[in-house]
Parts: sequence; structure tokens; C-alpha cells
Amino acid sequence: MSLTYEKLIDKYEPVLGLEVHVELGTKSKMFCGCSTVFGAEPNTQTCPVCLGLPGALPVVNAKAIEYTIAIGLALNCSIAPFSRFARKNYFYPDMPKNFQTSQYDEPICFGGYLDVKVDTEEGVKEFRIEIERVHMEEDTGKSLHMGGATGRIHGADYSLLDYNRAGIPLVEIVTKPVTGTGKYAPEVARAYVSELRDILRSLGVSDVKMEQGSLRCDANVSLRLIGAAKLGTRSETKNVNSLRSVERAVRSEMLRHAALLEKGERVVQQTRHFHEDTGDTTPGRSKEQAEDYRYFPEPDLVPVAPAKDWIEEIRATLPEKPSARRARLQEQWQVPDKEMAAMINADVLDQVEATVKLGADPTRARSWWLGEIARIANEKELPAPSLPITAKDVAEIVALISKGELTDKLARQVVEGIINGEGRPVEIIEKRGIKVVSDDSALMVAIEKAIAAQPDVAEKVRGGHIPAAGALIGAVMKETKGQADAAKVRELLLRHLGQA
Amino acid sequence: MIEKSATEMAAALQSGELSSVDLTNAHLARIDEVDEKVKAFLHIDRDGALKQAEAVDARRKAGEKLSPLAGVPLALKDVMVQKGIPTTCGSKMLEGWRPPYDSTVVARLKAAGVIILGKTNMDEFAMGSSTENSAYFPTHNPWDLTRIPGGSGGGSSAALAAFEAPLAIGTDTGGSIRQPAAVTGTVGVKPTYGGVSRYGLVAFSSSLDQAGPCARTVLDAAYLHEVIGGYDPLDSTSINAPLPQLVTAAKNASVKGMKIGVIKELQGDGYQAGVLKLFNESLEELAKLGADIVEVSCPHFEYALAAYYLIAPSECSSNLARFDAMRYGIRTGEGSAEEVMNATRELGFGKEVKRRIILGTYALSSGYYDAYYGSAQKVRTLISRDFEQAFEKADVLVSPTAPTTAFKIGEKANDPIAMYLNDIATIPTNLAGVCGISIPSGLAQEDGLPAGFQIMAGAMKDDRLYQVGAALEAALLSKWGAPILSKAPKLGAK
Repeated sequence: MSLTYEKLIDKYEPVLGLEVHVELGTKSKMFCGCSTVFGAEPNTQTCPVCLGLPGALPVVNAKAIEYTIAIGLALNCSIAPFSRFARKNYFYPDMPKNFQTSQYDEPICFGGYLDVKVDTEEGVKEFRIEIERVHMEEDTGKSLHMGGATGRIHGADYSLLDYNRAGIPLVEIVTKPVTGTGKYAPEVARAYVSELRDILRSLGVSDVKMEQGSLRCDANVSLRLIGAAKLGTRSETKNVNSLRSVERAVRSEMLRHAALLEKGERVVQQTRHFHEDTGDTTPGRSKEQAEDYRYFPEPDLVPVAPAKDWIEEIRATLPEKPSARRARLQEQWQVPDKEMAAMINADVLDQVEATVKLGADPTRARSWWLGEIARIANEKELPAPSLPITAKDVAEIVALISKGELTDKLARQVVEGIINGEGRPVEIIEKRGIKVVSDDSALMVAIEKAIAAQPDVAEKVRGGHIPAAGALIGAVMKETKGQADAAKVRELLLRHLGQA
Repeated sequence: MIEKSATEMAAALQSGELSSVDLTNAHLARIDEVDEKVKAFLHIDRDGALKQAEAVDARRKAGEKLSPLAGVPLALKDVMVQKGIPTTCGSKMLEGWRPPYDSTVVARLKAAGVIILGKTNMDEFAMGSSTENSAYFPTHNPWDLTRIPGGSGGGSSAALAAFEAPLAIGTDTGGSIRQPAAVTGTVGVKPTYGGVSRYGLVAFSSSLDQAGPCARTVLDAAYLHEVIGGYDPLDSTSINAPLPQLVTAAKNASVKGMKIGVIKELQGDGYQAGVLKLFNESLEELAKLGADIVEVSCPHFEYALAAYYLIAPSECSSNLARFDAMRYGIRTGEGSAEEVMNATRELGFGKEVKRRIILGTYALSSGYYDAYYGSAQKVRTLISRDFEQAFEKADVLVSPTAPTTAFKIGEKANDPIAMYLNDIATIPTNLAGVCGISIPSGLAQEDGLPAGFQIMAGAMKDDRLYQVGAALEAALLSKWGAPILSKAPKLGAK
């Protein structure tokens, strides 16, 4: 018997544990000079070190350490004066040395927190997520399983190995068990990953593209009876490739766990894979028998001992926190919470800010990015910031409208043209022959024509029935191909019919 | 000419009385003549060596200023990666592998114009003390072909003793340079850990491995050490400080007023009487030269062997994991990647390597880590402290290099513990990261075979090894009247 989500929440408390892997945006790999650019021909970005050739030795990338310290500081962590790398030993063909060089019991950053806001029934609520540790490690290569139906190793005829990714610096950010989120656990998980992503982006340490795997989230979920002290058995869901998936995966696992517990069955401690299409998870490998990774300190590397001055230097150059920046912008622009949330959701805050910086009125800038541009983005199923329209374009359009050289309606045509790649605003206005008809005499000709065509309507207006003017205005607009300013037409028409 | 020292050969090259091509050819001819008996080489790079020699001769002719050892041939232990040249580490696992890159040591040798004749035999992945663990064939001691040349670098030392090369590169994890030097009547130096780059040295035990020079004289070793030593940004554990003046120290062979500490724990039971007698005679020579001989105690050395046989196998179990048939080396077996890995590792690794991988895997396992690997690391700290305290009382420390002279091939092959005991006097330096040299102390009275005198100095005090070593070498040479190797059998007489 399975429970509804509401019933589940009455009986169980969800406990989350989030592990986020971030590929750092350093130019070279963690322990060698190879390039980290995504998408190169297989095995072209390799060398003796990242291929684990006999005799090759690692050297730590100082930039990766700097980035990791910046992440730790942004997450309110302490920075260890002395930390070490360890070897995590296990055999897998895409791991060149058959051990992963990773930090283990001595991470570089530890004991931080991140506050996230979630929209609840009682208004916006803040949750504090405690950070256990932030540590560095290297990525593995990639196995491509060929010949099978599923692309999985099971049933494949053979596998190909690509070591381009092997040795790319990864940072793992691990939370402490997150409790007290109750029914909002899925939203809190999403808000955490989202906030973390914004912080990482503001630091410029990663391109944080979940769909390309440069930011990956493993969501640990367990349930315990409300009031119980002991944590329930957890599952670890991988392959969660978008913010929406984080939320869905947590909810799906909560429901699955609850269904098992209600049936009197036990939750198996295992890795699970999330499926975007169904919103379900399926089992991966079981973790019941804990693997023994035989960790020991990496003898090929000396300990990481960042100088205090260096840490302070990094701290001093940290950018404004995304949450602080949002608060500042909201204050400056005088935007209600809901509108602010809409901009964040549509991921257009940067664009609006840039548009305002170029002189546009905040309200107008926002309404373009959240209105017409967001609409087209939705239609194309693309994020708004990825459309080929810039803050400069929008600022120009807003300026043209306030000068009376464009109407809102005409401006929408310009936006469409820009997104279609027809050029910049002025070019499109020229090419498409877009022009506001503001010449009174030209408008009067159209008005006379409209009155002549609909004398009965004109008579009604003359008789004081103002709403009837709509039909005449519409005819004028049609006649002028929308290039007239509707307010102007109305004013002239009413005056002409003796109603102004 | 081939029986001369590398320094003398270098002088003849510089004066123009000899070309590097002639010198290289002479050594290649000697290899042809004796190596079927000695079996020091796994691979001979005849063409490459001659090409290098021609290039050095041409540069000399053009008046270029060359490094002191330019044009002098050298034998390279097969654990050191050389671009395009087979590198097997004495293992079937790497049969046929030609590395795509040069180790830093090889790059520096090439830059100095040293001629690399070929790769020398060794115990598989440097695990052993007799070179019997080579997957290819054992190497024979030129002093007595029925005996072992020491190990793991038996090939390099045998090549020197058989006059197949005047210089060689070895690597020393627990004594693999010094013990072979002792039993072949040659000189071998384990530099300070971090003093010579490990980049391109196929790792056995990363925290203990150290490459170093092998030669027939202390001065030759100093010249070679200066070529290969010094900071390397490709090795994180490399020491970023200038190398001490080693050649100067070897030339300034004086021990007057120096304090020489005899380690109480490294003599007595288990040491061959003749080896101890030679050790004491050497001490007398040093005293005659004005050194102050004092006794020091290193109480934790007793645990060194046990700690070593936990740390080295632990690291090796991880270092050797990469040999999985996926990217290089041999491949056998069918089915899944795991089945291929298993079959390949079963076939490719020898008995001793497997023994140590299993030992190390066990020592690192959860539940055993603290008792084994953890305790061994603590012992390591205590041994370092013993050294520190001893170096407060003495400038250098001394002991016999190995407890016995060369034993018979096969004698200890089935008794690993007896084999491990060979390194009892050399292992502490590796655990503490300090430096040591072995120089010939004479021929033991029981068997007429060479024994070694070990000198140890603190980290980055390698110059003291050369200073004291050269002083003792000179004293013994004047006592003997001729170099020790002149008393070795003449292998060339067919």
C-alpha cells in the first residue's frame, strides 16, 4: 500500500545528503598540463601522467587549489592549513592508475554552511544547509560500451575508452545530513543545488553545466519515523542532470522508500539511477557490502599547505554573494518578491541587470526579458540567456520606445528579428521598414477613410458612444500596418468626431 | 681503456686521444665478449648508443663546451623509462613496451652527452636482493659466475664489475643500489630522498624509491650524481634546493676531525665474520686519517625490516594496480575487462611480486590498516628520530653494507625471509629518506669475495658521503696497491 505525499509527510521525516561534483574550469588538468576543453576527439588530450603510464608522476595544479579555496570560503568553510591527497584503490578500466587520487580524511575545506530560500505556504522560508567538507579529486576517463542495445556495459560487444576526461579537476561538496525540511525536502534540495550553482558561477570556477556534467549531484535520501533518532537506510541517486530532476528525484525516492516501509519491507542501501523521462529511479550497484578502497596517503604528492596570506588574498577578491546581490538589486529596482523569483527562475537576472546598466528603466527591462523574450525562449525550449539577443539590444529597444520611434507592438517585431538572426535593432527597423506613423496628416487620411467605410459606427461615436471608436481605431491601425501609435490615433479620431 | 675509470675516459675524450665512438664500440665489444656469461643486459641499444656517440664527437669537434661526462658510456637499469627503448622492469608484464617519453634521469643523461648502452637486468619491479626474480634470466656475479650479483640492481653492478660499462644508473628502495655494489666490489649511492627525480622511474614504493649513481670509483659516482641530481618540477617530492658540491667533496677527500659514528645495532649476529673484519679494518684506516670514531645507538633499527615489509608492499600493491592490460604491456584472457585483467596479472607477474601485492593489499585493508600500515609509519618516524639523534653525535654513520658476501644462485630462492635479511643495514636510510653510499672494503677472508662499507649522512648532506668515501677509497687503494676489481677473474679469456 503506497502513501500519498501528504500522508508520507505526516508519518516520516525525510533526511537528505547532497554530494555535488563540480568540474573546475581550469585550463589544465588536476595533475598534468593537458587541456580540459570539452568535446575533443577521444584520447587527444592525454599525456603519460593522465594515462597513468609507468613512471609518470602527478604535480598538483595550483589554480585548482585556488579555486577550491575560493569555493570553501564562499561556503563559509574553514580552510585546513595542511591537507593531503590519498589514493582510493579500485579497479576500473576507465581509471588509468586503478586508483583515484582524491582527498580523504584530510579535506582542504570543512565545516561550512549555505542558506537557501524556499517559497512555502507560510511565505519564503530560509533553510541552513550545513557543509561537511569540500575536497579535490580527479575525474576518471569515460567508457563507451559498443554493440549492445542499451549503451550499458551489460550486453555490449566491446568497450572503448576515452581518457580525455581522466584527471580533470573535480571538487566534491558534501553536506551534513539535512534534517528539518519536512515536506519541502525536494524544494530545499533543488534550492541548494541552484544556490550552489549560482555561487560557483559567480566565482568563475566552473561553467556549471548540469547537462554537460560539469556539475553533477548525487542525492542521498532516507526516511525515518517522525521523532526517531536513528537515521533510516539511504539510497544514493545518481544521474540527476537538471535542477528540476533534483527535485523530482528526491520526491520519487521519498515515495519509493515510504511504499517499501509501509509494506514492511526494508530499504536496500544502494546506488540508483534517475530517469528523466519517467521520473523514476532504477537500482544501480548495491552498497550493502561496503567496498574497501584501501585509502592511504598519496606518497607521490606533498601535503597541500596554503599560506595564510594567500587564503586572505583569495578571500579579499571573492565576488559579491549571489544572495546579497539579489537583495541589493531587488532593493534598487523596487521589485516584488514574486517578480524577483520569476527573474531568477527564468535565469535572466544578469541580463536585466546589464540592460539597466545600459540606461533602461528597470521595470521596462524586466518586462522585456520576462515577457516577449521569455515567451520565445519557452517556444524554442531554450533558456532565455542562450538566445542571440543581448542586453544592449534590449536597452536600445527600450530607448527607441521612449523616444516614440517604436511602439510596443513594433518592438516585438524587432525582438523577433534579432532572435531570428536578422541583425541588430536599427538594421532590422531599416530592413523591415518598421516606422511609427506619427505624421498627423497621414493619420487623418486613414481616419477619414475608416469613417467613410463605417459611417454608422462613426455616427455612434458622434452620439457619445465612445467604446464604438475601437472598431475605427482598429481599421486605422490595419490601414497603417500597425505602424501608428494607437493612443495618437484614438486622440485624433475622437477630436475629429467632436468627442475630445 | 675499458678498465679505466669514467673520469679517466672523460679526460681522454677531452684531450682528443679517444673518440666516443671508439669508446662505445670498445664497450659494445666487451658486452659481446662477456655478457653471455654475466647476463647483465636485457636490451642493448647498439645503434642508439653509436648515434649518440657520433653526435657527441661531432659537437666536440665543433668546439662546443661539453659536460664532463660527455661521450662516456652508461648502463641503465631497466626500471628507468627511456623513449622508444624497451622498458620491462624485469617483468613479463611489460614485455614489448616502448615508452613514449624519457624519464628525467634519462633526459639529463642525454643532455649531458652520456651514452646509454642499454638496459640492465633486475629483480622484477625491483623486488629482490639477487636479480633471480627477473622474469627473463638471472644475472651472474663477475667474481664468481655461480653467485648472485645482488639485487635488485644486479645487472647494473655486474656490468660495472665486468667492465661492460664504466657508469650505471640504479634505483634503491631498500638497498638495491648499495647491496649489489657491495657484493660486486663497486660503488653505489642512494641519494637523499628527493635529490634525484623519480619522474620516469617505474614505481615500486614511491616513498622509498630513489635513483642513484653506480660506478667503479667514488669520484665517478660524484660526477654522475651531479648530472642526474637536482630539483625537477615534474616530481612533487623533489627537493627544491641546489645539490651539494659532490665532485668538490670527492676531490677534497679528507676526514680529519670528522666524527664517524658506528651504529651498534648494525653488526654482530647475522654478519659474516670476514665482512665484519673488513669493516673494522676500514674503521682503522679512517682513524689513521684523523677521524674520530664514536659508537652510536639506533634502538629502533630493530623494527626497520618489519616496517619496510609493510610500507613497501602497501605502496606497491597500489602502484602496480595500473598493470591491467588496458593501455600497454601484455594482454591475455578473454571475456570481460575484469577477466582479462585477472588473466593478465596472473600471467604477467612473478611469484615475489604477487607475494608483495597480496601482503600490501592485506596491510591496507580496513580493519588492519592501523595495526599494519599505521604502525609501520610510526616505526618510520622513530627510525628518523634515531638518525637525527645519531647525527647530533656524528657527521656520518657507518656500517657494513650487507651482512654477507654474494651467495650462490638458488641458495635463498625459496626462503624469502633469509633473502629480506640482506637489506637489514640498508633499509633504515630509505625509511628515513637520508643518503648512503657503499664502497668496497676488501675481499672477505672466508671466500675471497668483495664486501661493502656503508657510509650514511643526513638529508641533503650527500657531499659527506663522497668526502668520506673518497678518503677511505684512497687509503684502501694505497693499502691494496691496485683497484679491487683487478683481482676479479678475467672473464674475457674465452
